[in-house]
Amino acid sequence: MNNHYQLVIIGGGAAGLSAAVTAANYDLRIALIDEQAAIGGQIYRGIESVPKQRGKQLGDDYLHGKSLATAFHRSDVDYFSSTQVWSVNKQGEIGIVNNNQAQILTADQIIIATGAMERPVPFPGWTLTGVMNAGAGQVLFKSAGVVPKNEMVLAGSGPLLLLLATQYLHAGIKIKALLDMSTLTNHLYALPKLPQALLAAHYLIKGMKLQQELKQAGIPILEGVSGLKALGDDNKINSISFKHNRKQKTFTTDLLLIHFGVIPHIWLTQSVGCHHRWDDSQQCWQPKHDQWGKTNLDGILIAGDGSSINGAKAAEYSGKISALQAVYALGKINKQQRHQLTLPAKKSKQQERCIRPFLERWFAISDALLITADDETLVCRCEEITAGEIRQAVHEGHHDSNQIKFINRCGMGACQGRQCANAVANIVAAETGKTIHEAGIYRGRPPVTPITLGQLANLYPQEKQ
Amino acid sequence: MKTEVLIIGGGLIGSSIALQLALRDCQVTVIEKESSGRHASGVNAGGLRQLNRHVAEIPLTIEAAKLWRNIKELVDSDCDTCFPGQIRVAENSEDLKKLQQRQSLVKSLGYHHEEMITKKELYQLAPALSPHCVGALICREDGYARPYHALTAFRHKAESLGVQYSTDNEVYRLNKLDNVWEVRTQKGEFKADVIVNCAGAWANKFAEILGEGVPLTPKTPMMMVTERLPPFINPVIGATSRKLSFKQMQNGTLVIGGAYLAKLDFQQQNTEIDWKKLSESAQTVMALFPQLENVRIVRSWAGIEAFMPDNLPVISASSTEKNVYHAFGFSAHGFQLSPIIGKIISQLILDGKSELPIKAFDIRRFLRSFPN
Amino acid sequence: MFKQLRLDSPLPINLTINNRSIQVNQGMTVAAAVLIHGLSYTRTTAISGVNRAPFCMMGVCFECLMVINGQPNQRACCTYVEEGMQVEIQQGAMAYPRSQL
Repeated sequence: MNNHYQLVIIGGGAAGLSAAVTAANYDLRIALIDEQAAIGGQIYRGIESVPKQRGKQLGDDYLHGKSLATAFHRSDVDYFSSTQVWSVNKQGEIGIVNNNQAQILTADQIIIATGAMERPVPFPGWTLTGVMNAGAGQVLFKSAGVVPKNEMVLAGSGPLLLLLATQYLHAGIKIKALLDMSTLTNHLYALPKLPQALLAAHYLIKGMKLQQELKQAGIPILEGVSGLKALGDDNKINSISFKHNRKQKTFTTDLLLIHFGVIPHIWLTQSVGCHHRWDDSQQCWQPKHDQWGKTNLDGILIAGDGSSINGAKAAEYSGKISALQAVYALGKINKQQRHQLTLPAKKSKQQERCIRPFLERWFAISDALLITADDETLVCRCEEITAGEIRQAVHEGHHDSNQIKFINRCGMGACQGRQCANAVANIVAAETGKTIHEAGIYRGRPPVTPITLGQLANLYPQEKQ
Repeated sequence: MKTEVLIIGGGLIGSSIALQLALRDCQVTVIEKESSGRHASGVNAGGLRQLNRHVAEIPLTIEAAKLWRNIKELVDSDCDTCFPGQIRVAENSEDLKKLQQRQSLVKSLGYHHEEMITKKELYQLAPALSPHCVGALICREDGYARPYHALTAFRHKAESLGVQYSTDNEVYRLNKLDNVWEVRTQKGEFKADVIVNCAGAWANKFAEILGEGVPLTPKTPMMMVTERLPPFINPVIGATSRKLSFKQMQNGTLVIGGAYLAKLDFQQQNTEIDWKKLSESAQTVMALFPQLENVRIVRSWAGIEAFMPDNLPVISASSTEKNVYHAFGFSAHGFQLSPIIGKIISQLILDGKSELPIKAFDIRRFLRSFPN
Repeated sequence: MFKQLRLDSPLPINLTINNRSIQVNQGMTVAAAVLIHGLSYTRTTAISGVNRAPFCMMGVCFECLMVINGQPNQRACCTYVEEGMQVEIQQGAMAYPRSQL
């Protein structure tokens, strides 16, 4: 039974590390599995190897990850790096690939801490080379010191754009413009949520400071931008066009970094059979969970931004809470202890959440973006299915996301629908008048990341004839 | 709402029956508890196989094959059909003997759709096969279609002829009053002269209501599909002493089945892949196509399908009530038969008898008193 | 599109991308190496054959699939450079040459 653990944590970001460090105090056999070669997740990516100067450019919030990393390495948790999880099921079986070999681990308790991904928003030209997620740009910077060569454009909606622009500024990278695509109506609706947000005023202050710094550096921030298109030839971006102040504008650029907020990365919880709900405020699906991080399935817990988007600090607290729930379920602490031990983390998490309703409203993605009007725009990048083809399928009587998948294969490519699921549901909902929840999400079809026939055939090597 | 025929189940069988009835000017309503194709009809392998069927099914499968050949005439769409043949390979002399016996049997019944082929011809047809095979049984006219596309075509054609579908609507109760069936559903009451039970894995609920419950078991055959590959094999490949169905679709993906079963929670309608068994399925593929070792599986799934103890469907009039008919229990090989089932049931309803022999599929075979 | 801030790793790694020898920092992903060496794309699609480049850099979009040391369909953003690594742009569904099937 050396493949059996009392607790397996999937994901080595803020939530996963915090969960591991917490649970490690209770004399349990624990494993942490992470897809990357080094811990840190996306927020603290490269945290263990970042050179001093680059760390400074990236800022203090980033460097906070160091303390988590240090604590993790002090613990005696079994650490599986560069390991993909391709399946989790209700029996507590966890399919992994490590060193090109597939195997099954088993666990009594599983904490899924797979974090967030950037919200895919199809717009004309988004599949051209030279169009990339802003978070991708940030990953390149954090993990490898790789930055844009020429003057480039940032566009979209969300605090990451300001943060990345400032980080680039510190590294001396030229930014042609930052196109803010959040709408004026957003800002009006967000105002009533401001008083609550003031309880976490340091975030607001940080945001304003970033904005000010960019303005002082002379970086044009264009507000209320709409109708963004990436243009190019030979599959390569050479310019963008957009609407600003009722005028059509064009910029030449060889790189467009886009960002439309982040959403929970739910492909694992979806595939194991956790129930999910559509959250209107965060505009995404979330696995249903209670205050302890428990999902509807026994022994399957969730922590961090994979459950709902609350940021790295909240993820850390949430990892702690889920870990203590697992420790409780494993009989190492009693109910009273669980209550008391989680109290501070719960309080801090609540405090972190104060800012969220305001941010969610301020940076909400407009329907014009979520429901791609341009029929020619590819929605499913893998199978190359356009918005028009999806709309046509709806008109022919296929009235939910899964039927659309059956009829025209969108979501059947290598990414398993990660890039198109939201857009398809939004289009179906808009065309049928259903809610997005009713339009539905693709059913989970493991493996969550592809495995080879050979790996599957050798899954149980000892029992091979 | 009053209709002449009410069909419970909007899958391929229900839609095919609806279509045939509508072609003969019947007024038809289909009640579907979820969406058409949510279960077996949407997620099966789409095999158009006459090869190696139970002898009782041979007359039906041959007529069904004729309909599939010209499916566009029936449903205005080719359902992405193609007919590269289905092959059952022999991996050793024992396999070969079994296949030869099978072919003799089929021939002795007067059918010629199944032929033995030599090793040489086998490798001409499927050069990608591992070199150890020694011969094969083939049905050259066999092939496959895309199941959800076929279902959609049947349904659209039926709708174009006036068939009404009521989806996301579960049937709760059946009641007969003065020769009219009252059907209580989630969305209200329907009245009908005739009822057809095509509820797939859920069909026994209605058989029980009618007092003729059958030993139906819901099972969940697993399938897996790979990434797109360059075209390298045309015919559908099965094996004699291993569980395998293997084909390359026109889009390049490989669709692999083998009747390995997933875990099922029938109440929750929840299936869960059994990795141990799917691993066996992958081992079978590796034995016949070792060069595919590094090919990636991108999805696996299992649909919920009705299995009968003898693996034969129920296609018959009710034994307890007039004006009720059954077509279910296809035991994971109903896709190919579906067009002919539509004809048979519509004939039973409108003409009182079918042109084809269907005694073997009578629901009464599960009653002790029924003479076999 | 991209550049390396400075060669701050003591151990440069040698690899080839489409038979071109390049040198990059240790600890860098193949996707990052491709981007700083002026290759504008990592694969062509299996359907229409258009070029695609890394998009998410975190393993979710599967756009950066490349043939790495002869193994097709490797996510370049999740694969770290190693000495002597051979990287090729993945050409559509032909990642598996027909001759191998």
